[in-house]
Amino acid sequence: MMKQDLYAIYSIWLREMLRFFRLKSRLFGSIASPFFFLAFLGVGFGNGASLPGIPKGLAYVSFLTPGIIGMTLLFSATFAGLSVLWDREFGFLKEIMVAPVSRIAIVLGRTAGGLTTGILQAVIILISGILLGMAMPSIQGFLTSLLFMILIAATFIGLGLAFASKMEDMSGFSLIMNFLIFPLFFLSGALFPLDRFPGVVKDLAYLNPLTYGVDGLRYSLIGTSAFSPALDLAVLAIYCSATLFLGAYLFENTEVK
Amino acid sequence: MTEITGAVEQGNDAELALDGSDAAISIRGLTKRFGNITAVNQISLDIKKGELFGLLGANGAGKSTIIKMLTTMLTPTEGEARVWGHDVVKERNLVRSSIGVVFQDPAVDGMLTGRENLDFHGRMYGMDGELRKKRIEEVLELVDLVEKADEKLEEYSGGMQRRLEIARGLMHYPHVLFLDEPTLGLDAQTRRYIWQYIRNMNEEKGVTIILTTHYMEEADSLCDRVAIIDNGKIVALDTPENLKDEIGSDTISLDVQSGAEALMQSLRPISWIKSIIANNGTIELMVDHAQSRIPEVMQQANRCCAKITSVGLHEPTLEDVFLKYTGRKIRETGSHANSMVARMHMRHG
Repeated sequence: MMKQDLYAIYSIWLREMLRFFRLKSRLFGSIASPFFFLAFLGVGFGNGASLPGIPKGLAYVSFLTPGIIGMTLLFSATFAGLSVLWDREFGFLKEIMVAPVSRIAIVLGRTAGGLTTGILQAVIILISGILLGMAMPSIQGFLTSLLFMILIAATFIGLGLAFASKMEDMSGFSLIMNFLIFPLFFLSGALFPLDRFPGVVKDLAYLNPLTYGVDGLRYSLIGTSAFSPALDLAVLAIYCSATLFLGAYLFENTEVK
Repeated sequence: MTEITGAVEQGNDAELALDGSDAAISIRGLTKRFGNITAVNQISLDIKKGELFGLLGANGAGKSTIIKMLTTMLTPTEGEARVWGHDVVKERNLVRSSIGVVFQDPAVDGMLTGRENLDFHGRMYGMDGELRKKRIEEVLELVDLVEKADEKLEEYSGGMQRRLEIARGLMHYPHVLFLDEPTLGLDAQTRRYIWQYIRNMNEEKGVTIILTTHYMEEADSLCDRVAIIDNGKIVALDTPENLKDEIGSDTISLDVQSGAEALMQSLRPISWIKSIIANNGTIELMVDHAQSRIPEVMQQANRCCAKITSVGLHEPTLEDVFLKYTGRKIRETGSHANSMVARMHMRHG
């Protein structure tokens, strides 16, 4: 990779950071809704209530926190990928696309930016979960969870990028939110165990990459999981490569009208 | 870049550029279709190094689409184009590193400051820290924005944003600078400033400049050569002077209160008057060099005691040229004009 491409990756990452920290309302807004989910559901269901499928003696907030971390990553990463749409709308995409850097460097810069902001938010949610009563994970568990966080975020950045590359304006945005992002969230076992889903819905959940991400996070952070962590890792890695490749491919061929 | 400044003078012998050696841009049969609509239709054109070239046309004529193909933003449907010797499809990155572009709609990040926008740009063009710093100061000075450098772009006025974009387009020393409607929506004073910057860049820095505009005065006062674009085709191509000369003579119009018949009788024998048209108390004379002929016309009027209440003088403008080639005035634009107005509101709002 050329020196110029490394500069470009850094430049795009830096811009994402400046924007993220400059707009305080966005910073708090992006943390607020997962935090409320965590606080109200976690505290509301209490420590004593045992949902079917949750291992005995495990507080619901411990079960829920990895799920809400998954939710945070799903939303922030998809947004980061879709932010190409904002740039298209406000014209800045042209400034990026006319620069003499490889398109893959542009994709990598955006991905790096989305990963940084996504994982930052995820860690804030993790700390909130611990403050609300979740058991403290081990250092090793935390480091393993970081690996899953990166894979989850990269998967959905790629997906967001793929959609944004094929959309001409922001009119499809709410469709994506309502018919893709929310179903992915609810069908991931983030809120309650997959056993509770009826047959067909369960099959859909098995197709959902976030299912394996949340399961991997549970394995790393609270030591319990529905699948083997190796399976979680493998499925997520496949999805991640696929969506990043698709996102990069579609972005490469996008035209700026 | 210095050796190209001398090539500007002769405007109208583009055929010489066909060997490609002194062509900044060469276009052959360039076509772009969007579905059934042909936005750009079989355009061929050579633009010389160091030239200040204008694409003149109404909104929707295809100017921006041509610019977008030349700047690698759109892929041509047919034909080919080379910018600074590089193919716009096969050698995109080489084209990109040879050019600077100021797009029609703003392409800045409003949440970043002027300096940060320029810094982003410098990195994207592989400039290291020291060079970036130096260039940022230079171009900020060029467009008088040093004091505004650390304010966010959303605080800038439309004219300031435009100036920053022009500064940015120049930051990486491009060989060719594309300006798509550089003064659209700006007030008269800012427009003149920007004209001055454009002239300086072309004359002092030797940058080849291609601009699109639908302002006649802009094309006339700035450009070495102008191509009039209509329905995706080049309908006329020459220096502004030659284009206006084709239209022919100036017109002197006289409002005559009395003695019109006698005056016409006395004017008819004069050889330099090409034609005389009388209409409702107004006499129109087609002549060359009208300004120096007016005194003689007035003497004739005195001699035959015709009473003239006012004298008008009309020299051909590019507007007349445009009318001749396209059959309408440039301001007569349809629904497209409305969407432009909407965009302008976005820019200022």
